[in-house]
Amino acid sequence: MNFTLRVWRQDGPTTAGRFEEYPAKNIPDEASFLEMLDIVNEELEKAGKESVQFDHDCREGICGMCSLTINGVPHGPGRGTTCQLYMRKFQDGDVITIEPFRVGAFPILRDLAVNRTALDKVIQAGGFITARTGSAPDANSVPIPKVVADESMDAAACIGCGACAAACPNSSAMLFVSAKAAHLGLLPQGKPESERRTVRMVRTMDDLGFGNCSNYYACEAVCPAGISASFIARLNRQYTSAAAREAVGATTI
Amino acid sequence: MSIDAKIPAGPLDKKWSSYKNTAKIISPANKRKFKIIIVGSGLAGASAAATLGEQGFNVECFCYQDSPRRAHSIAAQGGINAAKNYQNDGDSTFRLFYDTIKGGDFRAREANVYRLAEVSANIIDQCVAQGVPFAREYGGLLANRSFGGAQVSRTFYARGQTGQQLLIGAYQGLEAQVAAGTVKMHSRTEMLDLVLVDGHAKGIIVRDMVTGEIRAHAADTVLLCTGGYGNVFYLSTNAKGCNVTATYRAYKKGAYFANPCYTQIHPTCIPVSGDYQSKLTLMSESLRNDGRVWVPKRKEDCGKAPADIPEDARDYYLERKYPSYGNLAPRDISSRSAKEVCDEGRGVGPGGLGVYLDFGDAIKRLGQNVVAERYGNLFEMYENITGESAYERPMRIFPAVHYTMGGLWVDYNLMSNIPGLHVLGEANFSDHGANRLGASALMQGLADGYFVIPYTIGDYLNTQFGKAKPDVNSAPFQDALAAVKARTSQLLSIKGNRTVDSFHRELGHIMWDNCGMARTKESLTAAIDKIPKLREEFWKNVNVLGKGETLNQSLEKAGRVADFLEFGELLCRDALQRNESCGGHFRSEYQTPDGEALRDDEHYAHVACWKFEGENATPTRLEEPLSYETVKLATRSYK
Repeated sequence: MNFTLRVWRQDGPTTAGRFEEYPAKNIPDEASFLEMLDIVNEELEKAGKESVQFDHDCREGICGMCSLTINGVPHGPGRGTTCQLYMRKFQDGDVITIEPFRVGAFPILRDLAVNRTALDKVIQAGGFITARTGSAPDANSVPIPKVVADESMDAAACIGCGACAAACPNSSAMLFVSAKAAHLGLLPQGKPESERRTVRMVRTMDDLGFGNCSNYYACEAVCPAGISASFIARLNRQYTSAAAREAVGATTI
Repeated sequence: MSIDAKIPAGPLDKKWSSYKNTAKIISPANKRKFKIIIVGSGLAGASAAATLGEQGFNVECFCYQDSPRRAHSIAAQGGINAAKNYQNDGDSTFRLFYDTIKGGDFRAREANVYRLAEVSANIIDQCVAQGVPFAREYGGLLANRSFGGAQVSRTFYARGQTGQQLLIGAYQGLEAQVAAGTVKMHSRTEMLDLVLVDGHAKGIIVRDMVTGEIRAHAADTVLLCTGGYGNVFYLSTNAKGCNVTATYRAYKKGAYFANPCYTQIHPTCIPVSGDYQSKLTLMSESLRNDGRVWVPKRKEDCGKAPADIPEDARDYYLERKYPSYGNLAPRDISSRSAKEVCDEGRGVGPGGLGVYLDFGDAIKRLGQNVVAERYGNLFEMYENITGESAYERPMRIFPAVHYTMGGLWVDYNLMSNIPGLHVLGEANFSDHGANRLGASALMQGLADGYFVIPYTIGDYLNTQFGKAKPDVNSAPFQDALAAVKARTSQLLSIKGNRTVDSFHRELGHIMWDNCGMARTKESLTAAIDKIPKLREEFWKNVNVLGKGETLNQSLEKAGRVADFLEFGELLCRDALQRNESCGGHFRSEYQTPDGEALRDDEHYAHVACWKFEGENATPTRLEEPLSYETVKLATRSYK
């Protein structure tokens, strides 16, 4: 298969970027999107041009490192991550536009690579259960109904790629935050810190420059882990009640 | 030269508890005075960072990814073993210990493995407490499944994403410590050398992968948690960034590299489809719980659609050869059996390099819903990559490089022969012998980080009171810094005609063809002849574009491939010197009449430790004898 790529090139965090056009020739249709980029990069290097820098690691859809916006859609067509996108999804001769995730809180480092440490900062704000190593009771001492464990797992499946924020017109990371709040808050082990966790993560998200949710559901549409936007509703409920109780002095966050 | 593993005295089942009772402890007031460098943030690194930070040490953690949550532990699918005996099926600490020793083909250290089995139960408790959503039964208790090489169900799992959930648990613990100020995280930072001060590991040289700055970090002790070296084969199930640089650089500074030839080929991966391919994708071994492995009995049937091959024309070769373990035979045996049937010309799919993993019976027995609940995400992944639905036709699978049991040599304290250098997780050699059982890598990574190093690190740190703190401006640091800078400039200045990837692919072919699932004296000698030539060409003809002062992925790869080009030779040398077959190391010259691995306990019941002797000099091979006090060496049989 043959394609024309329009690729975002940017030399560094503070320089201006631009699109450049490269041919992608003789690409096997079994190749993944990133393997197609590997082939193009190898051709670029042979021609003495620096390769396109893009983040990737596990290439099996789980590490969350790959972060390309393809034809305007984070991770491109289909439900998976960029690395799980295969060229058979495209038509021979297609022009494919490749950009980094565009989110204010994810500054571009170079070409298609962005800095997503903001997501780590949200987790630092409260996205954990305090459980000192060695202090845990027997794992079966607290039975957890299967439906609860399953729902928690649905939320825990988030891979932290940030596509939700990249797809959102408000650059909101609410899907990411809500998934973490639900993953931990649904479990009995996560209840004691549940309110504090939610409020702190939401406020940190705001401070980092992510926007708010206004119900576009673009996040859910691009999420490679299939996280449901209903977790955002759950987050809003919990945040509202906790913030109200805080406002009247009924609780301390 | 004698190698002292510092195994505590006493009966096997009392060693760890008596060690803990008498271990040297650092008082809370002193902990914050010690700085610990941790390289790598996978299960071993993140759990160590979280726990040591929580204990009050001053921790600095480094990873090459953009976030510690992305380390490749995340990709482990199937599960984690623990001797909980929740299923009341006869499991025990001893049984897990014995299965692991036997699974490792009697080439692991008894005391380390017993400790691993002992702490396995604590790991599950810890993970549940921190919110890992393990699979549960309707009654609310934890569910288990069985895994290769075991006759009990001791594997805990979170759908097909167990590694992800365990890593996120450890990562969250680590981030909590970042927030508490005890851990400082350096993401997108790659270790390029180890610094020794008076023979002790006291720091590292790193490159900031965004700005290109090369700088030194000093500490009281260094923990390498940098994973395995499977990418020396180019194609493997490892992440693209996984590399041997940290451990290989430590080797070049004097740390022994133990058993590099013990590499694991995983039996259930999606077959290779072409030269462009950048990595191989694993299908969890848990699929073998319900999938049946077969190939056609007759070569002529290989081109037919699987549905057109009647039951009596199929060879369920694992069930035939290993009736008691069947499709759950250990990884090395399953992989080798797949290679055998393909060598006989009975492989399926493009190039005849594949076997079927068939869920037809499971779907009939359990219904598609149950199969989907157990393996849905794996079936989706398979369909996405191959365009075929495994609900409708059998999966095609083939073995691929997956895990490396060899690694830096460590003693019972997880310290290498370099004082102050600790090595955890896949990066060390200690627990899996010549073959690792499924669901044991996650167990080992977390055991080392949560439950072993926090107790054993005091043994070294207690000797460091009153010693001058290492200074990054001192000669050892500045010399190492200058060497790393010189090497980086050299890579950028060659400006040859070949890309880094082309060298890596060629090395991978040499390794896979000569040192893969089966090895011979001839193939290994050939590889040892070819690799130095390729290495020489690399240093003359590689083309690394761009600058050192920016994000430059070609430069990152070049440094890693340069180390693989040296390390590959070491791996082949180790394979050549081990004149026996054991676990993942199969030397065709040493096999039983029915094709099983033939060990030579008289001459090879030892750990091979390789000592660096200088550039282009032949390394020295030292031996740590393995003395079995509890287990009787036996022929490993899964029949």
